[in-house]
Amino acid sequence: MRAGRDSAAQRIDIIEGRDSPHPTMQTLFDAPLKEPGLFGRFRKAVSKTRKALSGQIGEILEGPRKIDPEVLEDLEMTLIGADIGVRTTDEILDGVRRKLARDQLCDASAVRDLISRRMLEILDRASGAAGDGTPRKALEVILVVGVNGVGKTTTIGKLARHLKAQGRAVLLCAADTFRAAAAEQLAIWGDRAGCPVVRQRPGADPSAVLYDALQAAKARGHDTVIVDTAGRLHNKAGLMAELEKIRRTAGRLVPGAPHQVLLVMDAVTGQNGLEQARQFTSTAGVTGLVLAKLDGTAKGGIVVAIARELGLPIRWVGVGEKPDDLVAFDSETFVRSLFATQAPA
Amino acid sequence: MFENLTEKLQRSFKNLRGQGSLTEKHVEEGLREIRLALLEADVNFKVVKQLVANIRKKALGREVLTALSPAEQILKIVRDELVGLLGTKQARLKRKSPPPSVYFMVGLQGSGKTTSSGKLALWLSKQGRKPLLVSVDVHRPAAREQLAIVASQIAQPIYRGAETESSPVNLALGALREARQTGRDTVLVDTAGRLHLDSELMGELEELRDRLGPSEILFVADAMTGQDAVKSAAEFHARISLTGVVLTKMDGDARGGAALSIRQVTGCPVKFLGVGEKPSAFEVFHPDRIVSRLLGMGDMLSLIEKVEEQIDQKQATELQRRVLKNRFTLEDFRKQLQQVRKMGSLKSIVDMLPAAGPFKQIQATDVDSKELSRTEAIISSMTAKERANDSLLNGSRRRRIAAGSGTTVQQVNQVLKQYRQACAMMRGMVPGSKPVRRRRRRRKKRKRGRRRASRSHRIARGRGR
Repeated sequence: MRAGRDSAAQRIDIIEGRDSPHPTMQTLFDAPLKEPGLFGRFRKAVSKTRKALSGQIGEILEGPRKIDPEVLEDLEMTLIGADIGVRTTDEILDGVRRKLARDQLCDASAVRDLISRRMLEILDRASGAAGDGTPRKALEVILVVGVNGVGKTTTIGKLARHLKAQGRAVLLCAADTFRAAAAEQLAIWGDRAGCPVVRQRPGADPSAVLYDALQAAKARGHDTVIVDTAGRLHNKAGLMAELEKIRRTAGRLVPGAPHQVLLVMDAVTGQNGLEQARQFTSTAGVTGLVLAKLDGTAKGGIVVAIARELGLPIRWVGVGEKPDDLVAFDSETFVRSLFATQAPA
Repeated sequence: MFENLTEKLQRSFKNLRGQGSLTEKHVEEGLREIRLALLEADVNFKVVKQLVANIRKKALGREVLTALSPAEQILKIVRDELVGLLGTKQARLKRKSPPPSVYFMVGLQGSGKTTSSGKLALWLSKQGRKPLLVSVDVHRPAAREQLAIVASQIAQPIYRGAETESSPVNLALGALREARQTGRDTVLVDTAGRLHLDSELMGELEELRDRLGPSEILFVADAMTGQDAVKSAAEFHARISLTGVVLTKMDGDARGGAALSIRQVTGCPVKFLGVGEKPSAFEVFHPDRIVSRLLGMGDMLSLIEKVEEQIDQKQATELQRRVLKNRFTLEDFRKQLQQVRKMGSLKSIVDMLPAAGPFKQIQATDVDSKELSRTEAIISSMTAKERANDSLLNGSRRRRIAAGSGTTVQQVNQVLKQYRQACAMMRGMVPGSKPVRRRRRRRKKRKRGRRRASRSHRIARGRGR
């Protein structure tokens, strides 16, 4: 497998299944759903993941194959292939191994049930710990953070539209004063959602922009401010300190703010996602995750690892570039769609 | 990528010394660590499987050489395997004659295409080429605006086209025309981010390729990408035949295993790395060096190049002259600090040092960049006279400096101590100057030597007797 000398056949081997896109998914989900509801679209989005994961798991677990070490290794590879990570995968499979040793698992479906139950447990423990039903504040500040290029601005555009539709008076704050044309991009999303945008000249202090936005929100009677911050790598101490300052500024003007800190994560993110979540949580006090770009083939399994290690709940899922392509995360649907071999009703 | 792999392997092989050859059991233990490290680094699991199988084949039955420890031997095999996978030569960009050559930047959303386009344009212009930028991203809000701002930041021309133009092909062709007319030799086309599943947008790329005939199609990929990297890269490759890869956000702490995966499925070399937010934070990819860095052997070559690039040769000679004349002042000390800071964060420099050997201590102590700026502040708070002659600094002056720089007298004293140590060190380093200290030590040694000689004389005489 020296560079340049590997044959085409070998390359294809690594990406098997590439030539069979998603005809199954199309018939399973697209046709019967005339007006997809939230869950419908969520399911549609994760069905690609589902197809890839459960297709493989189905393959592994069906047929006359006995559940032997080889099957377990295949299962392990499948979970790791979904970016769930070695440690979380090990934890999930340990339960399977223990039961196998005691002859408590007789067939494939029992193994599948056990795995999905474990994943559901992990996800639900995280969302339970966070306490979902926080009472509405007079002015709610939502801070949106993340590394570069994960889709923060797009998520905010979609979230603004969603909250507006719920009857909330949303103000957007363009605190990304660093990246070229970031404020312009947010302004266009603001236009689409019908929300005003507070912005300043490029290079301004983000905390100053936030100060302006919060004053404006109070004066004009808005009840929700969504703050767009510049993308930053979590290992840059200076930039993370800037985020702390933004947080302090919010808290000084509005008691208890920011009420929500959403960490946006790209679904293609690998094991580094865990470190991202860890760092952003310790400096910015992340309260929930947004899993963006789940409409690709990436499986976003890293959120399971994050939920397990840090107890962070997943709040929203981005499934496309259209303004409506943001849906609430539902762990049961997520896991069920990952593992169902038949189409959910 | 393998932060602790070297250490882990050394631990697993500790018991191996003194045995004739690497047995299967020993190799398996090491391979488990290697496999885990690769998976944690986001290398695709199928690529890992192949790599591990290859390493196993090569490692088994190897005789344990006395010169190398078993861990070192395995590491060498791993290193050779990774270098083999990534390629040994650094890749070049193809050019078309007659110019202009067209380069495409393609990839998923948010991978860093626009930023990389700007960086590549700047890099090309430093190579003496004349790039022209054009954004054909008619989908994402303010995307073309973004490239225009980037272009003005790096002072490179951009083809804007009509504000309302909604055809990527027209925009690209317009840029090509303008490049011909204005004598630009490279057109850099920043395309819209797209999912490899989106057949409509992938079709748009195919059309762009057919109409423009690019010499390079660079796949821009995020270093943080996980297992999915193989799928997107393979699909892009199947549709439009990639020629190279730009790996972005390498300044993060992601291990970048995606590079190995993408290389394996597409066969395309990684050509550049994005290593920071500044337009100049763009490096040519050196496979052999990066593998050494991954394996914890350090990247001394990159470091040396970086130092050479940043340190002003003229200033350095001037400095040498001053040191020779024993006139290395606090002012010079400050200039030196500023040069160190220009090289980037100390952390990034430390990362290039090997994680073992004499540098191990440095890695462990967290290098404090604040310390540097504090030192600078203290020196800046001195008067010109004080900077030229540090013996002026009495207690009251030191108090004033501490107050002026927002530090304490102790910290001022510390800086002065550092400065004096630096002076002494410099005198020792510059050729042609005779360091006082060393001479003294040499004299001592000679004395000791003499004593020893006389003792052996005595012994010899004693034997002779």
